[in-house]
Amino acid sequence: MSATTAAGPEAPARARRRPRPGGSRPGAAGPVFVAPFLILFLLLFLTPLGYAAYLSLFQHRLIGGTSFVGLHNYLTALSDPQLRHGVLRVALFFCIQVPVMLILALLFALALDSGLMRLARVVRLGVFLPYAVPSVVATLMWGYLYGPSFGPIAQIAKHFHAAAPNFLDSDWMLASLSNIVTWEFTGYNMIILYAALQTIPRDLYEAAAVDGAGAWRIARAIKLPALKPALTLTLLFSVIGSFQLFNEPYLLQQLAPNVIDSAYTANLYAYTLSFTGQQVNYAAAVSFLLGLLIVVISYVFLFLASRRRVAR
Amino acid sequence: MLGTAALAACGSSGTPAAASSASALSQSDIDGAMSKPTTLTFWTWVSDISEEVALFEKKYPAIKVNVVNAGQGSAQYTKLRTALQAGSGAPDVCQIEYQYIPTFTITDSLLDLRPYGASALRGKFVDWTWGQVSGPNGEVFAIPQDTGPMGMLYRADIFEAHGISVPTTWDEFATAAHKLHAADPSVYLTNISANEPAGWHGLLWQANAKPYVMTDSSTITVNVDDAASQKVASYWGELAQAGVISTDPDFTDSWYTGFNQGKYATWLTAAWGPLFLSGSAQATSGKWRAAPLPQWDSSSQVSGNWGGSTTAVIKSTPNAIAAAQFAQFLNSDPDCASLFASKQFLFPSTKALLADAGFTGQAPAFYGGQQVNEVFAKISDTVNPTFQWPPFLDQVATDWTNTVGKALADKTDAVAALGQWQSQITSYAQNQGFTVHTS
Repeated sequence: MSATTAAGPEAPARARRRPRPGGSRPGAAGPVFVAPFLILFLLLFLTPLGYAAYLSLFQHRLIGGTSFVGLHNYLTALSDPQLRHGVLRVALFFCIQVPVMLILALLFALALDSGLMRLARVVRLGVFLPYAVPSVVATLMWGYLYGPSFGPIAQIAKHFHAAAPNFLDSDWMLASLSNIVTWEFTGYNMIILYAALQTIPRDLYEAAAVDGAGAWRIARAIKLPALKPALTLTLLFSVIGSFQLFNEPYLLQQLAPNVIDSAYTANLYAYTLSFTGQQVNYAAAVSFLLGLLIVVISYVFLFLASRRRVAR
Repeated sequence: MLGTAALAACGSSGTPAAASSASALSQSDIDGAMSKPTTLTFWTWVSDISEEVALFEKKYPAIKVNVVNAGQGSAQYTKLRTALQAGSGAPDVCQIEYQYIPTFTITDSLLDLRPYGASALRGKFVDWTWGQVSGPNGEVFAIPQDTGPMGMLYRADIFEAHGISVPTTWDEFATAAHKLHAADPSVYLTNISANEPAGWHGLLWQANAKPYVMTDSSTITVNVDDAASQKVASYWGELAQAGVISTDPDFTDSWYTGFNQGKYATWLTAAWGPLFLSGSAQATSGKWRAAPLPQWDSSSQVSGNWGGSTTAVIKSTPNAIAAAQFAQFLNSDPDCASLFASKQFLFPSTKALLADAGFTGQAPAFYGGQQVNEVFAKISDTVNPTFQWPPFLDQVATDWTNTVGKALADKTDAVAALGQWQSQITSYAQNQGFTVHTS
């Protein structure tokens, strides 16, 4: 499908260059090419979104049924301490995990691009491979590794008469989750950054080398500035991913129910409201507010990134 | 859309408006419906149930039963709720666990089976199971399928090595917990899972707690921190704080390993537990025995129930007679009931089977040849018949894990956590439009 839509803009462009008498109007084919995407987008994306927005304006009670409540659900959500804690927790998670992950991804990308690394192909595949593991499997695997009584880390520590930290207690949980997410997504971000590095014209490096720049200087003065758009992109994905954190805490909840409660992250809270409490309407309002927050934060990042580029 | 149309059509074609009258149908109505070609949809997660279904189809060749596995437990209930709300796609007959019956009667989704001859079956089933499927006005909302009366499985070898005799009261149990853990710090007398509200409710049940009482369809008395509940919470809270019992989450890898490596010396579990354990802790075969739960009052034997299912008829069915007959046959026909016990190893709900030597006389090697079914069959008679479930169980269970379960695992004040649990349930119930009382 992406092939169809990609071909869309090209067809009219060619038509414009060589207008045929009596031929179709320029651009007429465009909508036809875009239609398959638009129809699915409308049906599978905008319609459910609209339905959720509609639902969020009602309240359904076991006794009394459904009634229209306007923005009441949103007002409740804004003053809901559980939602606030969930959002603050994912914000903290974002501040810790994302810088670590992106710096690692950047280092791997630069090292691979430098061409100096041995076994570059193996490393590239190895770092990327965790991304191919479904997050559910990754979390189950790490959950086993973290296990406080029979997990391998605890067992090894016991063998050396040391005490391994309990990775699943309230002090360590956020770090343990960060580790899983970092493990999963460093490779993905690395590939984006590595691909961006590949597009830098090689003659820039030659010119810099002629001017006497070393590898570090080239990385700082040429590669990093050129990576800015790609870094902004990875940052945006990370904002969305962090604030929607769900799979990992949901699965670790089975192992540490006393640490991860049902409102541990904002998304987990929305899920619990909907599937445990049957408060579908309130869950819709919470989800919308969360979506709005993600849009605002993403926009702020884009704004900051573009302003800095203009200022330079 | 189609479903609604079909429903309307059937309603006008003479099927008696379901359950609006409690008067019994005539035998000719039933015979007529059972000889009319009909297809019933049955949602269940019992594996290989086709053998039992075949017995029914053999007796009533006109009726075809289409068995659908719509997921186990919550997964199935979520689908059922969605279908009920959508007004189409719900099954005719559905497996529902005892504790979820009020969740579906509050939405008026289950058919009262009295007009279809269910009342006559009462004597066949263990009394407390009939209490569980009965509504406040004597309605019969489901037919018991299997049960989970609670008992105690224990490691005879560990007890013997440390000179511990099988505790018959909770006081003896607490003393044994301290003694065992002091003698061997790697062993705990038992594990109370911080994420097992169902097991906890079984213990509340045994302690004669009355946490939820529906006085009418919109009024509920919530009493999860009454004297009986506080007794249970302070007992387990103190053992957890002393560190002599563990609070590991159950049904996890670590928990299975714990059983295999002898970390837990007992499992307070239900009648389905013995078979489950023999499959999950094979390394300890031959070392386990079964006994009743320790008692609060040594002069009487009381237990609670954890798990088990029923067969219910969904009110929207266009084939109410056939559906009701199927639900009744499946669980009360002696051949069918004994198939459930021998093929699926479900713990019986009928008095006849619980007294059947073929069932109670089995002596599995995992339990050193002890007649475990006999132990649990006796326990079944001692289950308190008056326990009730709330109409919003999922929320109550989640709130328990967030408050009491958390307090046990964190070794904080479990009795104080009862207060939080009470207030969370209360505010949820009020939010849902209930009038909430605390007595």
